[in-house]
Amino acid sequence: MVIECKHVWDHISGYLDGTLSPEVREQVQKHLEHCEICSAILDSTRNILILTADERVFELPLGFSQRLHARLEAEIRGIAPAPPDKE
Amino acid sequence: MTGISDTTDEAQIIASILAGNTHLFHDLIRPHERSVYAMALSLLHNEADAEDVAQEAFLKAFRNLRNFRGESKFSTWLISITLNEARGRLRSKKNIKLESLDEPREGVGTVTPALLRDWREIPSEALERKEIRQMLQQAITDLPLIYREVFLLRDVEDLSVNQSAEALGISVASVKVRLHRARMMLQKKLVPQLKKANPKRRWFSWS
Repeated sequence: MVIECKHVWDHISGYLDGTLSPEVREQVQKHLEHCEICSAILDSTRNILILTADERVFELPLGFSQRLHARLEAEIRGIAPAPPDKE
Repeated sequence: MTGISDTTDEAQIIASILAGNTHLFHDLIRPHERSVYAMALSLLHNEADAEDVAQEAFLKAFRNLRNFRGESKFSTWLISITLNEARGRLRSKKNIKLESLDEPREGVGTVTPALLRDWREIPSEALERKEIRQMLQQAITDLPLIYREVFLLRDVEDLSVNQSAEALGISVASVKVRLHRARMMLQKKLVPQLKKANPKRRWFSWS
């Protein structure tokens, strides 16, 4: 069965996660082989996922760990937690 | 995220903390600091609030560690605490426009992706650039809440679909649908932006 681009777009996420049924996967695969537009959409989506998963996207603010562990230490020792040391 | 052997280590550390070695809590949470903060930041849009919520989440985890059951991963448990804290903070902030947990109207149906044939390669060196990191962060935080949560858990924190469903209290099918829309929305928004932001010789190697 031949499927259209629009139909393929609905399966991009499932295709990337490998959760499509074998039949659908094969239809998508066949389509991708000859459709440059959908292949580019798939590649760019995959690449965006690689970029957004990178640790550097959400970096901890300077001193985050120190402030966190100081507050935890106070809690652990049974002292009332101090207000966060920031701003 | 943690692997299988780390999970075993974690179980031992947790047992030891509960047995009285409370100082080990510091070591237990170190690998999770960034993901808890990222989760809080993407929900709250504000670094000071995110840090505060992250601290509260870790404190709550410490106080309630006894209630942690080994059935779920420690990271999943921690993330659901963070989600609750962040949602509570969102509700209590009157100056923040309330975000609906309902399905946004525009989210229904197919998200049309960006059609750019000549854009495929993203060198990871791009992340050396602050503007690119901010662009990605902004695009994620701009997603409607229900999509942002799923995307964060699954694609940023690397939780499985089942774990994400558990942390959010929604069905696996909903996770898949929301995840797909979130990814397509990001593709649509980011591809043209990234294309514009990057030098041709490096980025168009496929064309």
